[in-house]
Parts: sequence; structure tokens; C-alpha cells
Amino acid sequence: MNHTATEMMTIAAARALCNNDVCFVGIGLPSAACNLARATHAPGLTLIYESGTIEAKPAVLPLSIGDGELCETALTTVSVPEMFRYWLQGGRITLGFLGGAQVDRYGNLNSTVIGDYRKPKVRLPGAGGATEIAMCCGRIFITMRHNPRAMVEKLDFLTTLGHGPTGRERRELGITTAGPVLLVTDLCTMQPDPETNEFVVTALHPGVTRDAVRENTGWRVRFADALGETAPPSAGELEALRELNNRTARAHGGTAA
Amino acid sequence: MASFLPLHTAISTLVHDGDTVALEGFTHLIPFAAGHEIIRQGRRDLTLIRMTPDLIYDQMIGSGCARKLVFSWGGNPGVGSLYRLRDAVEHDWPNPLEIEEHSHAAMANAYAAGAAGIPSAFFRGYRGTALPEVNAHIRFVACPFTGEPLACVPAHRPDVAIIHAQRADRQGNVLLEGIVGVQKEAVLAARRSLVTVEEVADELDARSPNAIVLPSWTVTAIAVVPGGAHPSYAHGYYSRDNAFYVAWDEIARERESFAGWMREHVLEQGPEVFGERAGLRR
Repeated sequence: MNHTATEMMTIAAARALCNNDVCFVGIGLPSAACNLARATHAPGLTLIYESGTIEAKPAVLPLSIGDGELCETALTTVSVPEMFRYWLQGGRITLGFLGGAQVDRYGNLNSTVIGDYRKPKVRLPGAGGATEIAMCCGRIFITMRHNPRAMVEKLDFLTTLGHGPTGRERRELGITTAGPVLLVTDLCTMQPDPETNEFVVTALHPGVTRDAVRENTGWRVRFADALGETAPPSAGELEALRELNNRTARAHGGTAA
Repeated sequence: MASFLPLHTAISTLVHDGDTVALEGFTHLIPFAAGHEIIRQGRRDLTLIRMTPDLIYDQMIGSGCARKLVFSWGGNPGVGSLYRLRDAVEHDWPNPLEIEEHSHAAMANAYAAGAAGIPSAFFRGYRGTALPEVNAHIRFVACPFTGEPLACVPAHRPDVAIIHAQRADRQGNVLLEGIVGVQKEAVLAARRSLVTVEEVADELDARSPNAIVLPSWTVTAIAVVPGGAHPSYAHGYYSRDNAFYVAWDEIARERESFAGWMREHVLEQGPEVFGERAGLRR
């Protein structure tokens, strides 16, 4: 079966999720990957959305972080202060799943502005939950589309701390959670070098060359010595993802304007 | 005790030019009808507090109601930008907008501190990020017992909190269910409060003794506006109008299309149109 780069990215991200993870889920690609994992190899994956829904089991992908579908299928729904204080800050979440407009080689993220903060060229949505998700979850996965505007040498603004501007600040601040451990793009997967915390390419998606990754990365990207190739999507994975997307399109398109 | 008022009277009595106002509702139960009434009454120089500005603050900012925005995530969920918010920040249109920017955890903690009647909130956050450099209200203090550096933000104490809820009983007690967000905290943190409700019933019919109930004596005014959260939703009454959230992207992108939409659907309408918009039988 043929697949798109976005499908490969979603499937590669889904594969990295474990059945016993308790996952704080962002909207968009993270939500798609989490629900695909739940539909395939990780039926026991626990999904928590920042709207307060604990153990949500949506049949369709929510458009927003607080769609009724999440509350209706959740084990329980708590208030937003309780979600951030007891569940996230309290250390109950094993995995946070983030995106952003820009990421640097140390997994720091910008979702605030492009350009100068006081006179921005583009005003982005802002931090949302990301700042404390990155600090309080056991470990962090990041998903981004791979292009030089997103994978940058220097962030325009540091919204969310990865390993820090030189890769050492997270450790020096004494933050005990692992921070970003995996970056999945539509071209490859990357993992931090254990010494420097710099993200290096560990596997290329099928058909992607080293040059394609170099051209689309804003820093001088490095490749792991044992560079692998991502297994192509299986028929089962593709069917599950497409079914999820079709169900979602039907559900959202069917609402009267 | 809460007073039952028509929405027009409630807004004109409770919301004044220059007030600090929090319209809350985390995706669910967003008080759109009340926001539209504020726009129709031409309020100016408001400081708007809200975790997720959403379409309602896009509309209020684009209509020139706001001087300042205190927020943590300003996008159209799952769709993209809030173009009226962006136009205000990027091009000062229709007027300059001061922003005070936080994270969700900070905003939630600030409301909880306001409800608890203490001046500030402490939590584990913000460390190593650039947000404290652009927001003087983000500080750090050392825990007096362990020395851990904790983020500290001032409590939210709005002049007025406005929320939407499923129903009130005839005594003015208010029930909210589903995704309950920070609404209880916002009401308890505020000097005055307005709750718009889907209906008034003899009994609240809470599904559990632990449901979120705001006693009548914590609420200043209640206005009955069926469908008043549309295109957000009211759990048990109507669903989120996701198609409208998608359509807003096009409407709000340009100043002219925004102004035209606002004239036709807000300025020349009243709260009575919300029931039909939400698909409720009249």
C-alpha cells in the first residue's frame, strides 16, 4: 500500500507509545498518533487531555482539546486547576507529546512568536500547557513537519524548555524529568545524543535520503553511526489510521454550521 | 442572592468600561451570548482574562472592546490562528492591545489563588523559558522548607467573571457539568459574577452530590439564554459546532469580512437567536 509522508510520521510516532504509558495529549498530530496506537498495538494506553478528561477513549479525533467526545468517553473529568496541579505537577503523567512552530537541536520549542516578541512578524498561539508539560511529564516526544523554518539553528523565542539552549541547562537547573527523548518528523526519527543532548537522526523513513534531511534542517544535522530505516507502514496500521481519519471527517463535517 | 435579569440589563449593570473581565469556559460552555452583548453595548478599554481566548475574544478584540489581554493559548483549536487577535498584536488594529502572557498551569493556579483569597500562586513551572523575560508578573521564590525554586504569579481577581452553565434552580443556585474548566474558580475569584444558563428548573437534578454547584449567594446575576454557548457547547443540551470553528478561519481572516459578519450576526441581533443557532427547538 502507498502511504503519504504525514501517514508515515503519524505511524512512526504511534509505534513509540507503550501500552502502559499515561500520556498527556496535544491536539493534532499527537492526538492522531495516540489514538492510532490505542487502535493498534497499545489498547491500554491512557490518554489525558488538558481539559480535564482522564482515560478518554474517543472514537473520532477531537477537533479541540475539549470536545464533548472526550468527556463522554472519559473515566472521569476533573477541573482544569486540578488537572495541572494534582495530575501533571503531581507527577502522574509518564509521557507528554508536543509540537510547536520551531524546534532547535536540543529539543527546545517555540510556540509564541516569529520575529521580535514586542513587534512580532507572526503572533503564534502561545505556551498553552506545553511549558509545564515539558517540565513535569516523565519524558517528552515531539512531532514536527521537517522543514528549515521549523527545525532552526536558533529559536525566535524559548517557550518550552527541552534540554536548554546549549543542551545542558535542563540538567543544571536540577529538573529531574527526562525532557525530550524522541523527535518524529515526516522525514525521519531523531533521538538525543546521550552526552550532548543534541538530536541526531537515528532512522530515515522509507525513500528519504540523508541529503533531503540536511536540506530541510536549519542546523548542521548529524546522523547516528547506526543509522536505521523506519519500517514502512503495515496494511493494518494504514487501515486503522485511514478509518480513524474517515470517521473523524464524517463526524466533524456532519455538524450544522 | 443571585438576581434573575435580562442579558442586556445584566451586562449594562455588571460590566463597565475599563473593567477587568474574565469570560471563562474551557472549550465547553463558553459564554458567547454574553460576549456578544458586551460588543453590542460598545464596552471599551476592558482587560480581558481568559486561558484560551477562542473565537469569543477574537470577536471582542476585533470589535475594539479590549485594551489588554491576559491569556495562555490564543488559537482557534484544531484550526489555526485567531486573526483578529493577531491583527491587534501585529498591526495595532483596531487598537493597540497590551498582552500579559502565561502558561495554562499559571492561569489555572492564578484563578485558584483568587478563589482561595490569597494574593499569589506558587507552582512548579516556567524554569529555563523566556516567558519570565517578557512578563514581569512571573517571578520565582524559594520554597522555605526545601529551597526548590517555585514559579509565582499574582492571583486573578477580576471585577467580573462571566460563565455559561447548564441550569439554575428558582433560588438561583447554578449547576455545571462536563468539562468544567476554571469556571468555579473564576466566579469565586471575582468581585461580581454573571451566569448565563440554558434553563431554569424546579430542581437542579445534579447527577452526583459532588457535581459543581455554585450557591445562589456566590452569584450576582443570572440571565437565561438558551443556546448561549454556541458555537461552543453545553453538555447534555447541544454539541460543539466544529464546522463553525472551521468556517471562522475564513470569516476572521480579513477586516472587511469580519466586520460584515459581526454586523449581520451580532450587532443586528439579540440573544434570542442563540437557541436556533445551537439547534434547539424553540
